[in-house]
Amino acid sequence: MDLDAVLLARIQFAFTVSFHIIFPSFTIGLAAFIATLLVRWRLTGEDRFYRLAKFWTKIFAVSFAMGVVSGIVLSYQFGTNWAGFSKVTGNVLGPLIGYEVLTAFFLEASFLGIMLFGWNRVSPNLHVLSAVLVAVGTSLSAFWILAANSWMHTPAGHEIRDGIAYPVDWLAIIFNPSFPYRFSHMFTAAYLTTSIVVLAVGARYLVQKRFEEEARTMIRMGLGMVAILAPLQLVIGDLHGLNTKEYQPAKLAAMEGHWNSNEPADFIIFALPNKEQNGNDYEVKIPIPGLASFVITHDFEGTFQGLNDFKPEDRPPVAPVFFAFRVMVGLGLLMILMGFAGAWLWFRGTLFQSMGYLKIVQHTWPMGFVAILAGWWVTETGRQPWLATGILKTYDAVSPAITFNAVLTTLILFVIVYSAVFSMGVYYINRLIDKGPAGAAKDPPHGQPTRPLSAAEDAAREAMGAH
Amino acid sequence: MVELASGEAMAYWLPVIWIGLLGAAVALYVVLDGFDLGIGILFPFSPQEEDRDVMMNSVAPFWDGNETWLILGGGGLFVAFPLAYGIIMSGFYLPVIIMLLALVFRGVAFEYRWVAKPNHAFWDIAFAGGSITAALMQGIILGGLLHGLPVENGHFAGGMLDWLQPFPLFVGLATVAGYALLGTTWLVMRTEGEVAAEARQQARSLLLVVLAAMAVVSLWTPLSEARIWDRWFTLPNFFYLAPIPLLTGLAAFTVWRGLENGHDRSPFFGTVALFLLGFAGLAISTLPYLVPPTITIWDSAAHPSSQLFMLIGTAALLPMILGYTAFVYWTFRGKVKPGEGYH
Repeated sequence: MDLDAVLLARIQFAFTVSFHIIFPSFTIGLAAFIATLLVRWRLTGEDRFYRLAKFWTKIFAVSFAMGVVSGIVLSYQFGTNWAGFSKVTGNVLGPLIGYEVLTAFFLEASFLGIMLFGWNRVSPNLHVLSAVLVAVGTSLSAFWILAANSWMHTPAGHEIRDGIAYPVDWLAIIFNPSFPYRFSHMFTAAYLTTSIVVLAVGARYLVQKRFEEEARTMIRMGLGMVAILAPLQLVIGDLHGLNTKEYQPAKLAAMEGHWNSNEPADFIIFALPNKEQNGNDYEVKIPIPGLASFVITHDFEGTFQGLNDFKPEDRPPVAPVFFAFRVMVGLGLLMILMGFAGAWLWFRGTLFQSMGYLKIVQHTWPMGFVAILAGWWVTETGRQPWLATGILKTYDAVSPAITFNAVLTTLILFVIVYSAVFSMGVYYINRLIDKGPAGAAKDPPHGQPTRPLSAAEDAAREAMGAH
Repeated sequence: MVELASGEAMAYWLPVIWIGLLGAAVALYVVLDGFDLGIGILFPFSPQEEDRDVMMNSVAPFWDGNETWLILGGGGLFVAFPLAYGIIMSGFYLPVIIMLLALVFRGVAFEYRWVAKPNHAFWDIAFAGGSITAALMQGIILGGLLHGLPVENGHFAGGMLDWLQPFPLFVGLATVAGYALLGTTWLVMRTEGEVAAEARQQARSLLLVVLAAMAVVSLWTPLSEARIWDRWFTLPNFFYLAPIPLLTGLAAFTVWRGLENGHDRSPFFGTVALFLLGFAGLAISTLPYLVPPTITIWDSAAHPSSQLFMLIGTAALLPMILGYTAFVYWTFRGKVKPGEGYH
């Protein structure tokens, strides 16, 4: 297989996997959110939780369908385009993916049926249990797939014979060195992403003066999560970075745009990495010398490996890793700001009247998705040229029989089909959000002022502590 | 006992157990997703919107779980027989990817169609087209695999369009008809009124088509491949295997009689039996090859430790999965009424 076909196969996988990750990162959090709503409904008997659960379940169904169908594609692509990968790593990664199917996929898919269609068929408690099981399923799925992915970054518990990886210690394979960090980082990211969407939809309703009771519940639940998870994510991300320093130093160097191992690294905000010159052009730094070294080694004078320590063919592409990392961190900082600002307004008791804040927040729903995609591009591009670090190079993993034309044809098909399906999906989700929760108690026709009495009722409920 | 526990015995028996499990997963997939793909294949023949609503609602709670068996089939092949997985996926590169894209369209149609209403015409086409294409491609892959794949150094060594031949295409069309038969008998069992009556009509013609196709495949494969001829038409195999065609005849009769006499369930379960017998027949023709004519289940098996690690989990989890799958089917038992659904 020639080089161009390898490149096309990589573009195709990057495209299909990037498309796919959008949906699980939303549905992992959303399943838990819906389960929480239903549990609160059972505990308090309050109707708004039930209405919200029903409303988000519809959105969940559309997102989950997109996640399932784009996920099936991936489980087959390992073989269609990457037969070398399944041959070399199949003994180790196969069972992890097998366990994902057995413990997670069936659980999610089966109980989703009850969650969607069982409203009048099963008892409320069983319905709540189904929602909880779907949430458990999505989390288990994340566990196994991140174990497999982490093993590709930091392989452990295996031995190589004749170029093929054989399992030795399954616990060491599953809990490989980067797994705890990657799992916590991704899991938190998924919850954070969903919380931001919930918060943004709540803000949108409040700005539009529709579904105000539901909107306040969504804002409280979403904002509460963002205010806690966004700063926590910064800490987890930092720990993950320390792990990368130990096991994938070239990736970390590319993230920091750090070339020279002997000098402490400054914190670079912007630069154009220049691989011909082995350095950066147009650097913009935070004027605290050695700040990046401090973040990574916890010492302003500390040093860590720079890109010049690695032969050019052993380095990842620097610019994509460098920029994607900045996008991720930048968005993360904005999330922290959004969480703190909201929490402050909440504390002062003016959150639901702060139209300025809500008007901005209603547009922030894509933040989590973009940050997750950027994060994955950092970690996956940063792993190059390896597919499984030290075991298999990406170039050696492609199916030898696949031709340039075949990959090109299917790539074009994927782009066309996914673009159509994705844009329609977003359009339909937006339509569902516009329609809002059905049966809302106070759902004034658009443009009409809310009846004064309902506002009073609302206030009374708030005062009685029903939140 | 000592010998059974030895590495050699494990290397022999684990692939045998795994091919059994994988075969069961694929058979379950074919039957379960078969009837919901069949609903899509029947869509063009039921132009009324209310009928289509009922048809879709009759499978909506299940399709997701049904399709998971396909992931288990692909995933299981990857786990237990990684070499065969790589060869089969690259050998049927285009049919596999076209099938997956078709499944994308029909899968999202389950949700989009309802949200899009009243402008859902496109998603009706996507649902039908996706179901028909996916069934066709699955049949082509099956037919191509029966025919065999050229392999060199553990990699597929043929061309990208090798599957474009009369036999795989014939099996593809037969699969579309077979899934449609499963779909009609499912509707006979799960719906009432006009939808059920129409399905009963369609099922009769489809049964004849499917039986004819099964007969053609049963003659075509032994006549074109000597190893398949030897498997079926030498003594004493001929007598051992005779029950399979006889039971097939019995299953076909059950379906026909059920359709004629107004039974609701026997046509569906008879069709399921028909499928399982056909599947068993194909397995008998092919085993122990996983990729005929060169790669056996032992050639392509994963390392025993991988197969064992996965087998322990499967033994524990599969009964649970079957249990809650049965529970979901039981929850949604009975006839589907118009207007039922969560939308």
